[in-house]
Amino acid sequence: MHPTESSPARDYEHHDAAHDAAPHSSSSLCENWHDEDIEPRGPISSLLIDAFSRQTAPHMIDGLADEVAAAIKSGRDLVRDEDVQLALFLLYGLYYGRVVDNGDQWEWHVDTIAARLELERAFEAQLRNLVSVPELPNAAAEDVAQALFTLTAPDPDAKPGLTRHIAKSLTHEQAIEFMVQRSIYTLKEADPHSWSIPRLTGRAKAALVEIQADEYGNGRRDRMHSELFARSMRGIGLDSRYGTYVNFAPAITLASFNMISLFGMNRRLRGAIAGHLAAFEMTSSVPNGLYARGFRRLGFDDNVTEYFDEHVEADAVHEQIAARDLAGGLAESEPALLSEIFFGASACLMIDDWVGEHMHESWLAGESSLRKPFPFNAVIANRHEGSVGDSSASAGAAAGAAR
Amino acid sequence: MNSHDKNDDVEVVACTNGPLLVRGEIDLRAANGEPIEQTRKTVALCRCGVSAIKPFCDGTHKLINFKA
Repeated sequence: MHPTESSPARDYEHHDAAHDAAPHSSSSLCENWHDEDIEPRGPISSLLIDAFSRQTAPHMIDGLADEVAAAIKSGRDLVRDEDVQLALFLLYGLYYGRVVDNGDQWEWHVDTIAARLELERAFEAQLRNLVSVPELPNAAAEDVAQALFTLTAPDPDAKPGLTRHIAKSLTHEQAIEFMVQRSIYTLKEADPHSWSIPRLTGRAKAALVEIQADEYGNGRRDRMHSELFARSMRGIGLDSRYGTYVNFAPAITLASFNMISLFGMNRRLRGAIAGHLAAFEMTSSVPNGLYARGFRRLGFDDNVTEYFDEHVEADAVHEQIAARDLAGGLAESEPALLSEIFFGASACLMIDDWVGEHMHESWLAGESSLRKPFPFNAVIANRHEGSVGDSSASAGAAAGAAR
Repeated sequence: MNSHDKNDDVEVVACTNGPLLVRGEIDLRAANGEPIEQTRKTVALCRCGVSAIKPFCDGTHKLINFKA
């Protein structure tokens, strides 16, 4: 959507100028707003997009509650429902910002909150129906940590999946798709878990902040993981502004991000968000090493692979803190949350497996994993034209860090 | 790191079946005395021997069923 409201953040750099200069421009830091129109995928997302695009004061959104109720009653698979997942993405986007026009005035509007609550309750109910939670350990930090490591351990008998494919046989177009899919969460890396910081106390809170400080670059903007990912995107010729590729992201990709927002934004789900982060970190180091190998094999340099390389080392630290101090610490202080911690961890493994399977199975079938045809040639051309700009983009990020 | 951090006590956690988790600033050096850059406040040091980024942990202890 085209920004229409004025805000100091968006006046910082005019989005059209940044866009015209191509993604490699030093001005295209990842905080700039996309200028793509988000396409509706059904009646709920259509009503929301229409309301958010009007410059009128917030109003009742006629028919929204009925459409939400109809979707929930339909018995459809909400995890893979394009309309429901885009609607949740838009509604959570009101809290993150930079997703829709005129979002500020809708953030606490009764209609958007009511729609979100209904949709997320149904989404959560379906997740709880599908997730199998393992036998619970004692609510002691070390026992919780060991049970989480067991739950997330690599299965030596598993058939080769997405990670192996990326390491060994990734194509250039698939590399672009992988980054487009990942951009929905990773350009906001760490943000959905940060919602839960004030909901935690003591050891668990200190642990989460220790992890998040590292995610946010320990005070260095150019080391923020979201910025590293933005540099990787620009390095392969993609536009790194948040939301540029939302229209290409299928429901399952939006669902994996929406699920973290759901866990992070609801205090009652603080156990689930702690478990989610633990499982997320515990299944990251080894795959990221293989992603780096796959991208290097395609000829991408350190500017692109730095994001993956960083996660090999960072997440080997984070997984220890998340398992023992965050999840374990929370279980010790609030033993009643033990099953929620393991629900969150199991839900993370389940939905991320689905995201990975979707990509892998699409590619094995010779198809794209994206929702609609992607302009690969333009991106590949962008990369070659922008090979000089890559370094200026990095310089721009470094300059931003110094500001 | 600022001077406040340097005054903090160093804490080393021997993680079960995993690395040594080190909080606080340490003087990390290679055998030849060259300083090893520490890019984050808390580091995990390999103790299973198979990490590809030694002295740091890369999580691969999980693939060799390392016990400690």
